[in-house]
Amino acid sequence: MRKNEVPQDDANMLEGKTRELQYALDENGSYVEVKSVGWEPKNIVMQQAWEEVKENINYAIEEIEKGNKSPIYFFMHKNIMDEKILAEYTGFWIFIVKRHLKPSIFKKISKSKLQKYKEVFKLDSVNELINFDAKKELEKIKFEI
Amino acid sequence: MKIEFNHKMSAHCENGVTANLLRHYGIELSEAMVFGIGSGLFFTYLPFIKMNGVPVVSFRPLPGLIFKRVNKALGVKTKTYRFPKNPEKAMSLLDEKILEGIPVGMVVGVYNLTYFPAPYRFHFNAHNIVVFNKDGNIYSVSDPIMENIETISYNDLKLVRYAKGTYKPKGKMYYMTYVPKEFDLRNAIKKSLNKTAKYMTVYPGQVIGDRAMRMLAKDIRKWPVKYDRRKAAKYLGSIVRMQEEIGTGGAGFRFMYAAFLQEVGNLLDNAELAKLSEEITLIGDKWRLFATQCARVIKSRNNTDITYDSVADLLVEISYDEKAFFNKLLKVNL
Repeated sequence: MRKNEVPQDDANMLEGKTRELQYALDENGSYVEVKSVGWEPKNIVMQQAWEEVKENINYAIEEIEKGNKSPIYFFMHKNIMDEKILAEYTGFWIFIVKRHLKPSIFKKISKSKLQKYKEVFKLDSVNELINFDAKKELEKIKFEI
Repeated sequence: MKIEFNHKMSAHCENGVTANLLRHYGIELSEAMVFGIGSGLFFTYLPFIKMNGVPVVSFRPLPGLIFKRVNKALGVKTKTYRFPKNPEKAMSLLDEKILEGIPVGMVVGVYNLTYFPAPYRFHFNAHNIVVFNKDGNIYSVSDPIMENIETISYNDLKLVRYAKGTYKPKGKMYYMTYVPKEFDLRNAIKKSLNKTAKYMTVYPGQVIGDRAMRMLAKDIRKWPVKYDRRKAAKYLGSIVRMQEEIGTGGAGFRFMYAAFLQEVGNLLDNAELAKLSEEITLIGDKWRLFATQCARVIKSRNNTDITYDSVADLLVEISYDEKAFFNKLLKVNL
C-alpha cells in the first residue's frame, strides 16, 4: 500500500478521539507511518457487528413487552453481554441471573440485588429497571451506526 | 515525583507499550522493530474454539508473548503480578510503583475504558496500557492506540483491570526492573526471523500458518451452505475485523512486518531482506483485497462476481504466497 492510497473513509468510528496508524510506502519506497480515520471495508464489518447488537436490543424490547423477559434482558443486550458475562460482573450465579430474566421472579428481587444490577449497567437509579421505559432507553443509546 | 513519560502512539497496543517502556529506559526502537523481534507475525485458525460465537481467527500470537520475547532477546528483566481476588492490592501496588517513579504496564478490558471510541468498546480483554502518574483520584494513561495521553479515574481503572468475559486480565500488571545498556540487536533479529518463519512453516499442525489459511478457505466455502445468510456473513466479517480492526497497521500486520524487514535490511545492509520486504508488501496488498471482497460479499445480497467461493480462492492464493515467503525467510543468511 502506498502512502497516498491509505484510505480516509470516515464513518465516525473513532469519534475524532484518535486515528489509526497504518504502514505504507512513500515516494521513495520507504515505509512510513500514516494516520487514518478509517477504511470502508472495515467500517462495513464494524457496522455489521453493531447491527447485531441493535437487533438483539430490539428483540429484547419485544420479549419484554410480550411479558416473556424482565427489563434486565434489555440492559444485558445493551451492554453486549450474555448471561455468563452478566453473572461474572454481578457476582451472582449464572442460574440466578437466568431466573432474574423471568418477569415473575424479577418482581421479587431484593433491593440490594437490584442495586448490583444498577451498578453493573451504570444506571442513574434502580427505577430505570423497575419502571422500565423502552422508548426512553432507546433514546439514550448514544451513537447511531 | 512526577514521571516524565514520552508517549508515542503505535498501531498495536502491545508493541506500543513495549516500545514506550523501553524508550523510558533509554532504548529507542520503532514499533516495527519491536513487533519483528517479538516474532509478532502469525496466523491461526481455531474452528473448534468460539469467541463471542465466532470461530477464532488471529493474526497475532497470544497476548503478552511479544512483550516477553522482546525482553528476553534484549536482556530486559521484568516483574509481573496478577491479583485474581484482590483488586485493592492491585491498585495499591500500582500507586506504590508510580510513587517510586516506575511506569507500570497493565492488561485491561476495553468495554469500560471511558476514553476509548464507543464503537470499539466490545468485551475485549487483552488491551495493554501504561499508567504513569496519579493526581488525586485520576491516573495518567499512555494508551498506544490513542494519539494523546489520556486520563482515567480510580474506579474506572479498577473496573477495566478486572474486566469479565474471555481472557480476564485479573489485575495483571508488569514493569521493567533492569534494562541493559548494551544488547545484541543483530542476534535478536536473526533469532526472531527464524522463529517467525518456523512458526509459519515448519511447526506441525493444521491450525497455524498457510495450512490454517487453506483450512479456513475450505470452511468459508461451506458457510453459505451450512448456515443462514446472517451467520455466514458474521463469520466472514469477523475475519476482516481481526485483520483490520485497530492495531494491525493494515493487512493483519503484514505491512508492519514489511516495515520491519525494510528497517533491518537497511540496518544490516542486507539486500535479501529488502527484497523480502517488498514481497510481504505485495502479500499485504492481497490481504487488503481479501478484506475488500469480504466486505462486498457481506454487504450485497445478490452478488454474482464475488462470492464466498471467490474470497476462498483468494485466500488459498495468499496461503501459497505466504508459504513461499516464509520458506525464503527461513533460509535468509545473516
